[in-house]
Amino acid sequence: MAVFRMPSLGSDMTSAKLSEWLVQPGDRVTRGDVVAVVETQKGAIEIEVFETGTVTELTATPGAELPVGAPLAVIAAEGEETGEKTGGETGAEAPDAPPVADRPVVDVQTLPQPQTGGIAASPAARVRAHDLGVDLARLRGSGPGGAIVLADVEGATSAPSPAPEQPSRSGLDFDEMRRAIAGAMSRANREIPHFYLSQTIDLTPASEFLTAHNADKPPAERLLIGALFLRAAVGAARAVPQLNGWYEEGFRAAETVNIGVAVALRGGGLVAPALIGAEAMDLAQTMAGMRDLVTRARAGRLRNSEMTQGTLTVSALGEIGAEAMAGVIFPPQVALLGIGAPQTRPWVVDGTVIPRQVVTVTLAADHRVADGRLAAKFLSEFETLVYCPERL
Amino acid sequence: MTPEEIRNAYLEELVTVAPDIDPLTVRDSDHLQDDLELDSMDVLNFVTALHDRLGVNIPEADYPHIATPALAVDYLARMIALKKG
Repeated sequence: MAVFRMPSLGSDMTSAKLSEWLVQPGDRVTRGDVVAVVETQKGAIEIEVFETGTVTELTATPGAELPVGAPLAVIAAEGEETGEKTGGETGAEAPDAPPVADRPVVDVQTLPQPQTGGIAASPAARVRAHDLGVDLARLRGSGPGGAIVLADVEGATSAPSPAPEQPSRSGLDFDEMRRAIAGAMSRANREIPHFYLSQTIDLTPASEFLTAHNADKPPAERLLIGALFLRAAVGAARAVPQLNGWYEEGFRAAETVNIGVAVALRGGGLVAPALIGAEAMDLAQTMAGMRDLVTRARAGRLRNSEMTQGTLTVSALGEIGAEAMAGVIFPPQVALLGIGAPQTRPWVVDGTVIPRQVVTVTLAADHRVADGRLAAKFLSEFETLVYCPERL
Repeated sequence: MTPEEIRNAYLEELVTVAPDIDPLTVRDSDHLQDDLELDSMDVLNFVTALHDRLGVNIPEADYPHIATPALAVDYLARMIALKKG
């Protein structure tokens, strides 16, 4: 029997509001399943369960503001269910209980909410669907990645809809998000003695690699240069483990690389979820992972592990804009790689000046754990990998 | 498809990628990146959506040809015609 508690949602978040359950008593869950959605300053976050077993009780009620560590549900481990049920239920019901006890005998399609977290829908769509009694499982989503958005829910009912809310990502409160960013960045500037090293890198080999790779691919299989940068950052983080981890009471190196990806949100705001398992991904997997992460960040559907398990963050300005960025480290991480927008600049190749596309990368590092030598090693490794994209 | 149908399809997929854009305010000369502020990931998602919807595989080299609604209607009409060949 395990008590499932509100997990940590980042170093500056102490509580969150439970917005909905995606499971019911009697449902079987496996470690890593998304079982609930909570609202935080950084938008709606999906909460994953850490146990495998059967949900026996939901102790927290949607709508409640709950501190980190507050009990949310009770989960019985494998083999525990039977004993617990007979002990926990009234004698009148127990003898007749069907094998899948606790689950109401109704058509699951008629339930207002899905049985699992498998349906992608914006928080506003979920709330409206709940209010209108619309079953999300019956809708076809028109949002990013097929996610159900508010318009899909309202289109599904003939009832006149109330005045529409703001543009469809109303699950994200940009004022709240700005406060969250302010808190984390103020703490970073207060506590972390930043220092910065920069390097400008010739992008010709990477650009040629991408052009050749993408030439005969349908759009769904094309790569962006951002995926190459993430892969190179993973390689550099592995080569310099002293910059890949967390500073809490002293530095703790991470055992793997979960690269953080700073995602700018249309309308303002920034989140930096982690690409969990990035170390084991190849280039195509990294691209798919980045695409998924950006889509969910913008839809306000990130998971708590993604908010807390990043080990080193990459922040890229995109393809148009300023040439360099000295960023602020996301605590408790100890390094952030800022990547400027690529620029065409005069460049010396074999003694001759020619126009080349170059990018300036700037590593912000925590002086409590590293010195310039380590930061230089990181940038050198990054440059080597960007020069040889076929090795990524 | 008529030019108007192509324009409507273009705007519908655009709004799916960037839900905060009001399709009624998009002008024919608005540029995806400079005016509508799509980033490279948005553009890729948009091109993927147009590919799925219209069956036109827009290569990277042709991205400038879909950068505004006016350019795109012209380009996509030609590509759809070519496909029917």
